[in-house]
Amino acid sequence: MPAAGDSNTGGERLSDPSGTVETGGPSPAPRQAVRVPADPQPAKSTRPGSVRTAAPGPWRRRPLTMSRREDLHGRLLVAPTMAVVLAFAVLPFLAVVLFAFLDVRLVDIPRLYLDELEFTGDNLATVWGSPRFWSAATTTVVYAAASSAGAVLVGLAVALALRHPFRGRGLVRALVLVPYVLPVVAATTIWKTLLNPGYGLVNAVGTEWLGWAEPIAFLTTTSREAGPFTVPVALTTVIAFEVWKTFPLAFLFITARLQVVPGDIEEAAQIDGAGKTRTFRHLLLPQLAGVMALLAVLRFLWSFQNFNDIYLLTGGAGGTEVLAVRVYSELVVRANIGTASATGLLMTGMLLVVVAVYAWMIKREQA
Amino acid sequence: MRNTEDRVLAVLRWAVIATAVAVTAGPLLYGVLLSLRPFQSVVSAPLDLFPAPGELTFDAYPTAMAEYGLGGNMWNSVQVAVATAALAIVLSVLGAYAAVRLRFFGRDAVNVVFLGVYLLPGIVLAVPLFVLLSRVGLTGSLAGLVFVYTAQTVPVALYMLRTYLVAVPSSVEEAAMIDGCGRLALIRRVVLPMALPGVAATALYVFMIAWNEYLFALLFLVADRERWTVSLGIAQLTEFSVPTTVLMAGSIAITVPVVAGFFLAQRLLVTGLTSGAEKG
Repeated sequence: MPAAGDSNTGGERLSDPSGTVETGGPSPAPRQAVRVPADPQPAKSTRPGSVRTAAPGPWRRRPLTMSRREDLHGRLLVAPTMAVVLAFAVLPFLAVVLFAFLDVRLVDIPRLYLDELEFTGDNLATVWGSPRFWSAATTTVVYAAASSAGAVLVGLAVALALRHPFRGRGLVRALVLVPYVLPVVAATTIWKTLLNPGYGLVNAVGTEWLGWAEPIAFLTTTSREAGPFTVPVALTTVIAFEVWKTFPLAFLFITARLQVVPGDIEEAAQIDGAGKTRTFRHLLLPQLAGVMALLAVLRFLWSFQNFNDIYLLTGGAGGTEVLAVRVYSELVVRANIGTASATGLLMTGMLLVVVAVYAWMIKREQA
Repeated sequence: MRNTEDRVLAVLRWAVIATAVAVTAGPLLYGVLLSLRPFQSVVSAPLDLFPAPGELTFDAYPTAMAEYGLGGNMWNSVQVAVATAALAIVLSVLGAYAAVRLRFFGRDAVNVVFLGVYLLPGIVLAVPLFVLLSRVGLTGSLAGLVFVYTAQTVPVALYMLRTYLVAVPSSVEEAAMIDGCGRLALIRRVVLPMALPGVAATALYVFMIAWNEYLFALLFLVADRERWTVSLGIAQLTEFSVPTTVLMAGSIAITVPVVAGFFLAQRLLVTGLTSGAEKG
């Protein structure tokens, strides 16, 4: 969903759904005074003290009471949205589960009928036994963890730097959001040019001014010796890109949270002689921890499934093949729907584990 | 001692601000500058960022639009993005109103489904969508893309709209209802006008997502050049030896509407996106 988005992508999905659609979890919807459906459905909201708008007796004869009408209208209003979501998101997901257990290739599609399906566990076994899948899984975890941590930390640093007003802060805030709204294709095209070994600015600066012996092919070099370390060049580059593209969202969320931090305790602490660093560590950070953890998880989930950025930057070369790129190449290059679905299914399973762990941690903290 | 700490932090603060501005706005500026120079001079003098007085040229833009077909691609993108925004807004206004104002059986289940859709990887959904849509012959059509985008954006749109609709006082609605206003008329005549800025911001956000989208466009449309969206068009051009100045011109051309729109609606969008962060 870039999705917010990107994506998400949301969107991106989001979008970002595609890319880029990204927002926090839903806030609890404010409720009106509790009304109880008068129809005999399981009345979930019957709590002691709730007011029955539909009184028994002669009122029952009336075709639609207030609350019954509300119930009906609610369902009718949500129905179209539900239909689109069911048809284009829920149904496809069920199809993934189905395809993962079928031996189907792209050429079989025209002859695919529901009544003559043969189930097999081969796809899952093949994918599970393939070293390439596991190396992609490792790359994906490293990529998602590093870029979500990076995005949250950079977002925090920028939010703190822009916390107190100065002349031109509005403009700086707006500029900082540019990478987040930039279309992903435009962003990757510009980065590819910047990093181009022939005429890109980064390599020109490096060779002319920083004394590099030769230009670096940032997007295709798997690894490179730098002193005692071996640096995974391409992977680091795509992580840097993801941090650059997504930290504005972390910045926005942390800024929003900073705005509701009460100022007086901090002031008192500083008057009592606590330095700014200590005030930050002991007063500010605990208050920001919640939103930062949420952001880290959301960013992890989104980077984990990111296809666009890596595919557009490297195409999966130079040790940057992540699971999303594997799903794509199984589907398009190898034209194998079965293994593509199996890879996608395993990938979704891993995401669910992350969500479950996060939910469990939240629950334990609240208990 | 205290002074040193404060001074270091002050320096650090300005360093962070300066770096942030350079790193975020820099690449965009770089793209703009490259698109205004002849390709030859970019290759021969990559460090001269600003075009020399004599060499400033806007040729890359018409070349990208006409010769490389990005103009036509852009029209496709406009159609898809506008249709997606319209459809997503109609659906999510109704849904968000129901979610905010009405208690109905199954509301919680609806929320769970939407959250689930929001978290499902796009690439995983892409596999069956590709298969199912080619089975019914919708791949290669812009309409198929519109439906997929709508399904992907509706949960976010609904979530954003909820924030804006809560702000509409329900007493006005009750008054209208007592006067005999039906539910749909109520939404159209009372709720919508009052939440209009928020609805516009949400529409813009959905438009941006659809405009920027790449994966589904790649999967569904790649075979048919006539139907490429502009994102797909530029990405495909990078595969061939197209002068980078032309690519930059294309990239800037697709960026301008999105960035301009975002800055116009920045305030509203930011509130819509970050609502809930305060509680975290």
